[in-house]
Amino acid sequence: MRPAGKGPLDSLYFDYPNFSARHVPEHDGIATTHPVAIVGAGPIGMTAALVLARYGVRSVLLERKDTFNDGSRAICIARPSMHILERIGAVAPFAKKALGWRFGRSYYRGEQIFRLEMPHPAGEKYLPMYNLQQQYIEQFLHDSVSACDLIDMRWQSELTGIACGADGVSLDICSPAGDYRLDARYVLAADGARSAVRSMLGLRLKGENYEGKYVIADIRMDHDFPTERRAFFEPSGNPGGTVLIHKQPDDIWRVDYQLREGESEEEALREENIRARVGAILADIGHTKPWELEWWSIYSANTLCLDDYRHGRVCFIGDAAHIVPIFGVRGLNNGLADADNIGWKLALVLSSKADEKLLDSYSPERRGATLDVFANATKSTRFMTPPTRGWRLAREAALSLSLKHEFPRGLANPRQMQPYTYSDSPLTPYVNRDADFACGPLSGGASANAKLADGTHLLDRAGDGMTAILFCDGSPDAGQAALLRQLGELDKRFVSLVICCRGCESKAGAIADGDGEIAGLFGAQPGTLYLLRPDLYIAGRWKTIVPDEILKTAGVCLGRPTP
Amino acid sequence: MSPMPFEDLEAAYETLATAIDSAGAEREALFLTRLALVLGHKLGDIASFRNAVSTALEGLEQGHPFDAAEQENSSPS
Repeated sequence: MRPAGKGPLDSLYFDYPNFSARHVPEHDGIATTHPVAIVGAGPIGMTAALVLARYGVRSVLLERKDTFNDGSRAICIARPSMHILERIGAVAPFAKKALGWRFGRSYYRGEQIFRLEMPHPAGEKYLPMYNLQQQYIEQFLHDSVSACDLIDMRWQSELTGIACGADGVSLDICSPAGDYRLDARYVLAADGARSAVRSMLGLRLKGENYEGKYVIADIRMDHDFPTERRAFFEPSGNPGGTVLIHKQPDDIWRVDYQLREGESEEEALREENIRARVGAILADIGHTKPWELEWWSIYSANTLCLDDYRHGRVCFIGDAAHIVPIFGVRGLNNGLADADNIGWKLALVLSSKADEKLLDSYSPERRGATLDVFANATKSTRFMTPPTRGWRLAREAALSLSLKHEFPRGLANPRQMQPYTYSDSPLTPYVNRDADFACGPLSGGASANAKLADGTHLLDRAGDGMTAILFCDGSPDAGQAALLRQLGELDKRFVSLVICCRGCESKAGAIADGDGEIAGLFGAQPGTLYLLRPDLYIAGRWKTIVPDEILKTAGVCLGRPTP
Repeated sequence: MSPMPFEDLEAAYETLATAIDSAGAEREALFLTRLALVLGHKLGDIASFRNAVSTALEGLEQGHPFDAAEQENSSPS
């Protein structure tokens, strides 16, 4: 919602473009079967199209609306998402515009009780979190989409029907340029929390709804405070309700405040009430200068997801598959991980003769990530919006004790999003090899990163396909060289990164690790090999190479299981 | 006496919240008093118990969100 007299796109800082409907080949009766149709061009749909394009796969991107999101909804981009944006060639404007951060503060009755400090290992390229309004996220992704010949972007194109067949899916599209039928081999449903694809297929999200309601308001003000997450429990500016404050670019600030129990939603959303509450909250944090109201909305926490994210040739990504509580910034970030995960797998199926069975790993991996999010987010949500008297009393006890005592302070930790570890995935067949390592990233986990002598990062050199990181003395020995050759034969995009261990003379093309920092990070010794999937998750790791297991793991990840 | 690891403290927090709900609003004071007595007995040390009691008493005067009705009337709307 926006202030009286303003239209839904009348923003203080963002000029909304208007995209018209286009004449498309289907209008002339030219029937092509598109490899992939993506329904919904929000951040998740656009990212999926760009991941597919990176592997040379064409897609049609269908969007019902004629412009970007009417308000800023998601604002936090986590480090793993920056890596996804980097690998689809879109990260530059994000890194330039977004506000990076890693700290936060929680207050109880005006006193600071918890200092959030997100881990930031020295080898990492990106900060743990970046704040950026969703309109910019969409605009920057759309700039990449527009520059890409492999993506056929169709605005004002609404899905009105869907028919799933054995070899493909037919979509009925309604557009001001004329209605038509569109055929695709696969469909990605990225059409959000109220997914039309989901309801047309008769599928339902299952899970829990939480009672507590939050108003989300964006304001513009000249306010001097670093980019940190601030949480206020029992603040005098919003008695009985929690407040969250985040900084965004362009002097825009996000103020989230919890409504009191039994408060009328309709009343709370009236402009004069929004202004009064936000004004009281700002007075509480010492902001006495003027401020302007940009946009507001209401939110209640849900943990809802589909039983299966794949329905034949239709895969659900982002909010169409799962709705998670906002506390911990997991909505957008998990959606981007979905898009990346299905993107590389579907591209392999469509372009490299991978068996369709590879797609079977999508739902267990990403639904597993959702369930893990639910477990964490349920804890944060119970703290942010205690559902019953018991939870309210327990929180009050913990917070009031936190004023003078250290021990309960961790309970106020917001548990910000961490990447999920796919250790139960069929693509991670040798997790037992983790037992040979004292440290380093786990099988199925996101790879660690390291800063190299020339200022670049280790993962900058990872390939588009499988990547092996081999630690060795000098050059690979005959057995290691033969294995790397076989991996190259299995995957034409295969890249090997050879790390020269401590004390070894650096060979051409190899990465020097004179001080042993990279080996330390990976818990490696000469002979250790890490195998990375295209999404930079670890498919497996071996203290010393076991060629059969490594080749089998690569085969499984490439959709070519050995008989 | 060694302090509880954080994961256990978190589990204790959740167990306590759920147990207060099981006791019900009318009996929660009795339940919490019984709980304190049981814990004091397990602790087996009157000095530590008195210490815990004064830690829990300290700062109580700040008020309580459970007189929510009063606060709601005086808050900005």
